[in-house]
Amino acid sequence: MANAWRWFHQLGSPKYLFQKTGQWLPWIWGATLILLAVGLYYSLWASPIEVRQGQGHTVRIMYVHVPAAALSMIAYIAMAIAATVGLVWKMKMAFAAVRSIAPVGAAMTFLALFTGSVWGKPTWGTWWEWDARMTSELLLLFLYLGYIALHASFSDRSKADKAGAILAIVGVINIPIIYLSVKWWNTLHQGYSVTEEGALDPAFQTPLFLMLGAMYLLFAALVIMRLRAEIILRNQKARWVTEWATGQSTERGDA
Amino acid sequence: MKAHRRNKLFAIIGGLALLSAAVGLILYALSSNINHFYPPTEVSQGKAPLNKTIRVGGLVAYNSVKRAADGLDVEFTVTDNQNSLRVQYHGILPDLFKEGQGVIAEGQLVSKTEFVASKVLAKHDEKYMPPEVEQSLEKYGHPGKSKSSEY
Repeated sequence: MANAWRWFHQLGSPKYLFQKTGQWLPWIWGATLILLAVGLYYSLWASPIEVRQGQGHTVRIMYVHVPAAALSMIAYIAMAIAATVGLVWKMKMAFAAVRSIAPVGAAMTFLALFTGSVWGKPTWGTWWEWDARMTSELLLLFLYLGYIALHASFSDRSKADKAGAILAIVGVINIPIIYLSVKWWNTLHQGYSVTEEGALDPAFQTPLFLMLGAMYLLFAALVIMRLRAEIILRNQKARWVTEWATGQSTERGDA
Repeated sequence: MKAHRRNKLFAIIGGLALLSAAVGLILYALSSNINHFYPPTEVSQGKAPLNKTIRVGGLVAYNSVKRAADGLDVEFTVTDNQNSLRVQYHGILPDLFKEGQGVIAEGQLVSKTEFVASKVLAKHDEKYMPPEVEQSLEKYGHPGKSKSSEY
């Protein structure tokens, strides 16, 4: 427990966080690329078509759609947790994390909506329906964009962080609504395929789980890259940043 | 945890709890409007309004699809295995439309058992099946056929 607390406090130090994430990043990217390559191979070639869906191959959209949709929700939960940590413990790095997650989460949400739409046209016969699942997911996109806009509208960073954090926390109510919408109401969107036993044939599970892993790692890599840029941005005047930046530039000059 | 931090955390958690209670009440009050479609059982219970644009959804009953000899007129029965509803439609049906599959029809109720659709959407259920499994199911019988009426 004491160790966990120490780690928690260390993560609050910009320098420590920057160094640690710098060590992790190559490994995460490596794992991402490997899983993505294997996952795409399974999704595009080594998996069967679905019997009822139009030309059959539309089922492959699922391998991007499901991970993107899952991440769009998990990213928002992570944002809300980081925002709570930032507000309660006044940890600046937590606010930096919130701001780093937002655009990546927004991109995942857009990807989920877009792929869903492309799949919906041939399968359902419509690009868009105002059913509970789709509407609440669209609301999630607006929450991400709202956070980004709200944060950008303050010239004072700590005010921007606090206002944004409150929006992030309030918006988290939408997450269980998205997740449970297909259960609570009659929606055009189908119910749970992944967690429902026997719903998803094992032939579709392999590519889906590989792509889930790949997209989670890709998300982590992108967020960490943004977080590192955010740390540098927020600590421009710190000595270690100057040393890091000039050290980098002289190395480049030598090479 | 220091007292002021604990208070702040409780304030956030309490605020969220209140807010979710409020949202929950709103959603509960709106629940009939959020439902995307009425199943035939709710229609027969009189929960769906007549002569108003609504959606009904269910499975297309086996051997119920009748296409007009000329033109695009089609008639079929939508069922949830308890009650059913006759649907008339003029237009092109989506690829997924098939007897035994889920559909959602948008249009107006003429009576509790008759519906005139202006749009028909196919509903995909949570089951994903590769061709080989489908073939063996057709060969050895469909265990899911009686169960596939969850909506």
